[in-house]
Amino acid sequence: MAFVQIDNLQKTYAGGFAALKGVSLEIGEGEILALLGPNGAGKTTLISVLCGLVSPSGGQARIGGHDIVEAYRAARRLVGLVPQEIALEPFTKVIDAVRFSRGLFGLSRDEAKIENILKRLSLWDKRHARITQLSGGMKRRVLIAKALAHEPRVLFLDEPTAGVDVELRRDMWQIVAELKADGVTIILTTHYIEEAEAIADRIGVINKGALLLVEDKAALMARMGRKELYISLRKPVATVPQALAGYGLELADDGATLVYSYDTSGEATGITALLADLAGAGLKLADLKTRQSSLEDIFVGLTRETSAEDAA
Amino acid sequence: MNWSAIWTIYTAEMTRFFRTFVQSFISPVISTSLYFVVFGTAIGSRIQQVEGVSYAAFIVPGLIMLSVMTQSISNASFGIYFPKFTGTIFELLSAPVNFFEIVLGYVGAAATKALFIGLVILATASVFIELQIAHPLAMMAFLVLTCLSFALFGFIIGIWAGNFEQLQLIPLLVLTPLIFLGGAFYSISMLPAVWQTVSLFNPVVYLISGFRWAFYGAADVPIGLSLLAIAGFTGACLLTIGWIFKSGYRLKP
Repeated sequence: MAFVQIDNLQKTYAGGFAALKGVSLEIGEGEILALLGPNGAGKTTLISVLCGLVSPSGGQARIGGHDIVEAYRAARRLVGLVPQEIALEPFTKVIDAVRFSRGLFGLSRDEAKIENILKRLSLWDKRHARITQLSGGMKRRVLIAKALAHEPRVLFLDEPTAGVDVELRRDMWQIVAELKADGVTIILTTHYIEEAEAIADRIGVINKGALLLVEDKAALMARMGRKELYISLRKPVATVPQALAGYGLELADDGATLVYSYDTSGEATGITALLADLAGAGLKLADLKTRQSSLEDIFVGLTRETSAEDAA
Repeated sequence: MNWSAIWTIYTAEMTRFFRTFVQSFISPVISTSLYFVVFGTAIGSRIQQVEGVSYAAFIVPGLIMLSVMTQSISNASFGIYFPKFTGTIFELLSAPVNFFEIVLGYVGAAATKALFIGLVILATASVFIELQIAHPLAMMAFLVLTCLSFALFGFIIGIWAGNFEQLQLIPLLVLTPLIFLGGAFYSISMLPAVWQTVSLFNPVVYLISGFRWAFYGAADVPIGLSLLAIAGFTGACLLTIGWIFKSGYRLKP
């Protein structure tokens, strides 16, 4: 059974803006789901509704089987949230900020647990520092420590690596991997396609309050990903030889390279035949290279499609 | 009930208070001493007894009420406004706590601080004059109720305020005049008849009068009315807070 179950969730703000237009989604326990979408797509609203920061206008959601409105206490106990903006009380000490979060969620004091979390996030040496004394990256670590303080089963990361240096981003990915190993379900929103590509199991693309697709990352890339074969020739050609007309080849590098696009999910890629025909046409190969279209290409394609539909 | 959450909020708020303990403690002592020097000794020496007690003694209940009301409001309004300002309110809203528990934590802490300051003023006053408290239990009950009800009121202001200016607006523009005109430093009976009638529309008159009755057994208005006034004020604040949390006003879109 899905650990997070979202059913036709809607949110229309007082001004009439529909931020969520009936989102349905199921997320399994221990799964990492990345929500991709441009600014204003509804990513943060979705997370905010699930965490109790925004009241839903319609639909339902359950976390660990508990309705987020009717059984909000049980549902929220399972949830940790790392918000997009750094929001910390400036004069508190790091360790007190983390203790506060644990207490707020109704858990008894457990110094060993707090120590473990702070060490894991490289904050132990800074535990007595006040928030104002920390760098931006350190503050973000504190936010994560606070979210982990009550041992959540679902962690929401809203743009966790926005404006974060490479080291912290790597650490963050490492932490996410460790949490996943502990069976924690992770839902993250991101602008960074490579982030989704690197850590997610499944990817959801959201735009204008609607979920365009949710798919297993590998399947998504295989299904939608086109691959291109770059064939470097020993001698450039002016036009594609007549014998190769059926392959839809394109010329690149002033005729020094032929580009062949094919579908990885197709029965046959046509590469073997193409190579045989190349030899038959008397072309000599210098090098071969393939390139798979990235999530970014897929993402841009999808969001452009919805915009075009809206315009039509 | 999530008692752990209530205690967590309460202690976090109290920690902030103790972080600035010296200021919290010293400033009421100094300002009270100043009031005694100016009103009690300098001006008071030219005023005959008011309602059977010396002027210096007469102003003690009003002085305590003045501080307790303003402190309750400022502590509670700042307490809940600050998380709104820094954005940390997200944590409260996403935690397994209900609004009643949040109010209990913040208002409880604000009221405790105000009560502490009220008692410090009382102790300071006892240095200058020989205090007599006719009804000590009623005095404490009035003090605690005033701390609580004004902390509730402050909480509402903190939720409503959109910036630091608005946070100051009601205390400065509404409350300070009401307290000063509410008989903190004089008896309503010293006013011309017309102004006595006008004063009866000032809710603070009932609170100060009741508190003074607990000290000296004399009051501007019947003690029953005073009790009714504070109960009514507390009730109105509770109803407003109930509505705020039901509607999510300025907290939850």
